[in-house]
Amino acid sequence: MKMVDEEERREIQSALEAWEKGPVAKTVSRFPERREAFATPSGITVKRLYTPLDVDSLKYNRDLGFPGAYPFTRGVQPTMYRGRLWTMRQYSGFATARETNERFRYLLEQGQTGLSVAFDLPTQIGYDSDHPMARGEVGKVGVAIDSLADMEVLFDSIPLDRVSTSMTINAPAAVLLAMYIAVAEKQGVPMEKLRGTIQNDILKEYVARGTYIFPPQESMRLITDIFKFCSEKMPLWNTISISGYHIREAGSTAVQEVAFTLADGIAYVQAAIDAGLDVDKFASRLSFFFGSHSNFFEEVAKFRAARRLWARIMRERFGAREDRSCRMRFHTQTAGCTLTAQQPENNVVRVTLQALQAVLGGTQSLHTNSRDEALSLPTEESVRIALRTQQIIAFETGVTDTVDPLAGSYFIESLTDEIERRAMEYIKKIDEMGGAPRAIEKGFIQREITQSAYEHQRLVDSGERVVVGVNKFVIEEGHTFDYMRVDPEAERRQIERVRSVRASRDQSAVDDALAALRAAAEGTDNLMPFILDAVRAYATLGEICDVLRGVFGEYRAPDVL
Amino acid sequence: MSPSRKIRVLIAKPGLDGHDRGAKVVARALRDAGMEVIYTGLRQTPEMIVRAAIDESVDVIGLSILSGAHMALFPRVMELLRKEGADDILVIGGGIIPEDDIPELKKHGIAEIFGPGTPLDEIVDYIRKHVKV
Amino acid sequence: MRVEDLVRGVLEGKRRPLARLITMIENEDPQASEALRLLYRHTGRAHIIGITGPPGSGKSTLVTRMTAEYRRRGRTVGIVAVDPSSPFSGGALLGDRIRMQEHSLDEGVFVRSMGTRGHLGGIARATSDVVRAIDASGKDVIIVETVGAGQSEVEIIDIAHTVVVVDVPGSGDDIQAIKAGIMEIADIFVVNKMDLPGADRKVSEINAMLDLDQKMGEWRPPVLLTNGRTGEGVPELVDKIDEHMVFLRESGLLEEKGLQRSRDELHQIMEYRLTRELLQHLRGRPEYERAIKMIAQRHDDPYSVAQRLIAEFLVELSRSGGGDEDGG
Repeated sequence: MKMVDEEERREIQSALEAWEKGPVAKTVSRFPERREAFATPSGITVKRLYTPLDVDSLKYNRDLGFPGAYPFTRGVQPTMYRGRLWTMRQYSGFATARETNERFRYLLEQGQTGLSVAFDLPTQIGYDSDHPMARGEVGKVGVAIDSLADMEVLFDSIPLDRVSTSMTINAPAAVLLAMYIAVAEKQGVPMEKLRGTIQNDILKEYVARGTYIFPPQESMRLITDIFKFCSEKMPLWNTISISGYHIREAGSTAVQEVAFTLADGIAYVQAAIDAGLDVDKFASRLSFFFGSHSNFFEEVAKFRAARRLWARIMRERFGAREDRSCRMRFHTQTAGCTLTAQQPENNVVRVTLQALQAVLGGTQSLHTNSRDEALSLPTEESVRIALRTQQIIAFETGVTDTVDPLAGSYFIESLTDEIERRAMEYIKKIDEMGGAPRAIEKGFIQREITQSAYEHQRLVDSGERVVVGVNKFVIEEGHTFDYMRVDPEAERRQIERVRSVRASRDQSAVDDALAALRAAAEGTDNLMPFILDAVRAYATLGEICDVLRGVFGEYRAPDVL
Repeated sequence: MSPSRKIRVLIAKPGLDGHDRGAKVVARALRDAGMEVIYTGLRQTPEMIVRAAIDESVDVIGLSILSGAHMALFPRVMELLRKEGADDILVIGGGIIPEDDIPELKKHGIAEIFGPGTPLDEIVDYIRKHVKV
Repeated sequence: MRVEDLVRGVLEGKRRPLARLITMIENEDPQASEALRLLYRHTGRAHIIGITGPPGSGKSTLVTRMTAEYRRRGRTVGIVAVDPSSPFSGGALLGDRIRMQEHSLDEGVFVRSMGTRGHLGGIARATSDVVRAIDASGKDVIIVETVGAGQSEVEIIDIAHTVVVVDVPGSGDDIQAIKAGIMEIADIFVVNKMDLPGADRKVSEINAMLDLDQKMGEWRPPVLLTNGRTGEGVPELVDKIDEHMVFLRESGLLEEKGLQRSRDELHQIMEYRLTRELLQHLRGRPEYERAIKMIAQRHDDPYSVAQRLIAEFLVELSRSGGGDEDGG
């Protein structure tokens, strides 16, 4: 940071050497350090001490700058949390639309400021609830949505012009977005007023999350169709949430999380540019999603590094002219994979620290996990504690009172630099392979992630990496938790519901809309208006996806292990 | 046991969830313990799993599921194995499975459930101990 | 299960007995030889196709597409997917089934994954017996998929009637991808992933190499383009494979190869048996140990000793009528 001139540099250098040879050597000879070498989980060496010498190459204006301005290292808004706190957004949804609607209204009453919809797996994979593959899965990990009728119930009495809604939906994102637009229409809210996010990030589904339907090329078309549609009609809508969270959950390191997420981001931007969009027209609506894992400083630095690297990529690689196109806004979720089934109360502490990291890293919204999620779906009480955790950080700790409070820490800045550098190396490698979609097809990204996951597990098994309550400080325990259970009758009820929707709608309108959609899919028209028409006619999610399956085919995973 | 005898294990993901981190990590550990591991990929129906287990003559089936559909899918796998006369295959499970469900699953013939945080060697040892060779 | 029951089950085309027999073959179970002996006469009907090529060339996807095409044509298919075992642990990760899900419930398809396991006779011996078992179970076509790395690709020629070598466009070091050795075994070349840039160039490169081949017989390996993802070019590939079988039959090569193969196999079995029985006969005999000592102390030489021991063994064998014990 050029905090020191040449002379002072030399003074520090010699003082540092004297300290190493003197007091340190003496202490270490009598009391050896706990380990020979220290490193972050990404493998970045952690030194005993960081000094101005470690940030010598940083140029303040170039590398850190000011909040709200390029390269956004210190945050995406000028005043950050002094102005407005992050959005507290708990991912939830289970069973049927009716029950989820009740949970949403409860959360809004509790002070939550945004909704986040979890869909069940059949919905995420484009199957109606009565599809044979849906058996046992309906309403399990989220809410089942088969048609507009379910969506109407889901947002009943929730004014869509006043909440922002995030939907974790990818392969059929266009369909769920269309349903959201249609519900808003019925409430009298025009689509240009809608605020929210669809995840819409198919590339990470292929490598880490698995809810893909169509092959990459066709999926990319759907995504760019959404970009185009929203750039014209939904200026407040986040068209994609490019997600590192699931890559991290699948076992990647922090460096890999940044690298693979940004490589995916590059692929989306390139696809949109190739489809004829002006980068400054859509880039500001891209958003990101990261995990917040266990290693405190590495995680804080990761958020800052990702922000800076993305800004540079947008400007230098894609020639974005406007600052807001270079601004990486992201949602954070505390890392589900760090939750332990053993001594689950400890998870509250883990989540607290991880949430604090995300706030110190400048997140725009945050989901805090519930303590019991390694065991089952969270209970209402657990969800409340998780939300309260955010509120305590926001209102009691004072960490929100100044922007980017850890900046200037020799260690944090040095780590930020190193993470950016290592992530860039990966991105170069992926570029050489022909970009993220090719690297995925070759299985490169999947293999890297699985290798890291395996190494992590080996380190935990050997005790080298401590997980409290799992491989150290273990106790005999009987579980005393109440489990949240999805009513087994919910599946049957939902099946009846979708069948009655099919029986009561105007079938010829559905047939016409689906035929028009098929024709459009075979051609090159933007599919969003056709999907919207089909949704309005109460065509089901499964029917719409089947039309697209017929034209696009289905994705088959490579045999990567 | 002849020197070239290998324990063969089918690692399968029933249901629709795409979280295969655990399945893949266990697969690697079993390979590194000298077993032959057949991985089926995502979204396997019980019918597909049982067919693969029979064609591949596996000694063990490892089912991994995180979606919560285990009570519907695990017993179905066992039922089909019995129907095919292949219930000599050792079936174990893993993923997010509430403790309360375990007795019921065992009643259906699932030999053991390995929850989150199980050391890999524990699974390896369990298989070595329980596969009849 | 008694060997006779197992054999009957295999001949009736049942999956479980077939799967069990394959396990016995892989485990070098002595009963497997007995079963194979009983099954032998019922083999030789299937068209055996070898598919090999570098990792990442899309072999499994192509095999899946070919299987679909064969099924459309009403033929049943056996697939043996061979992957390398870990040289360290001896274990293996076998992932080919991931690709083959659409056939996973088809009664007319049998898929088996194999690790190379470091079999003494190389992959060829165990695989050849596995293929024979599937052949006996009545599959019309058997596709053996091996990774083109190291020895296995060359051994595939000992098993398959038709060898298909798969490559992809622009795999950089082209010559490295299709090595000289693998060139010679191909009956058909496939440039898969034809939608990638450089596919046509790849075809001309292979053709140019074929032009230089002095030893080529009447069959010039065709070079085909396929797209495993869409299935484009797969019907043509299956046509060519059929054509190759017709060629083998009409040119007399099929018979010639069959004779050669039977001769090789008989030699191999005799060599193995003789060696094994000779050693069994000698093991632990004091005069054998004495002879070894004499060699080591340079009182005798291994050449004369070997000659003498074999001669004595043969005399004894002819006297006893010997070697009716089974196995191997």
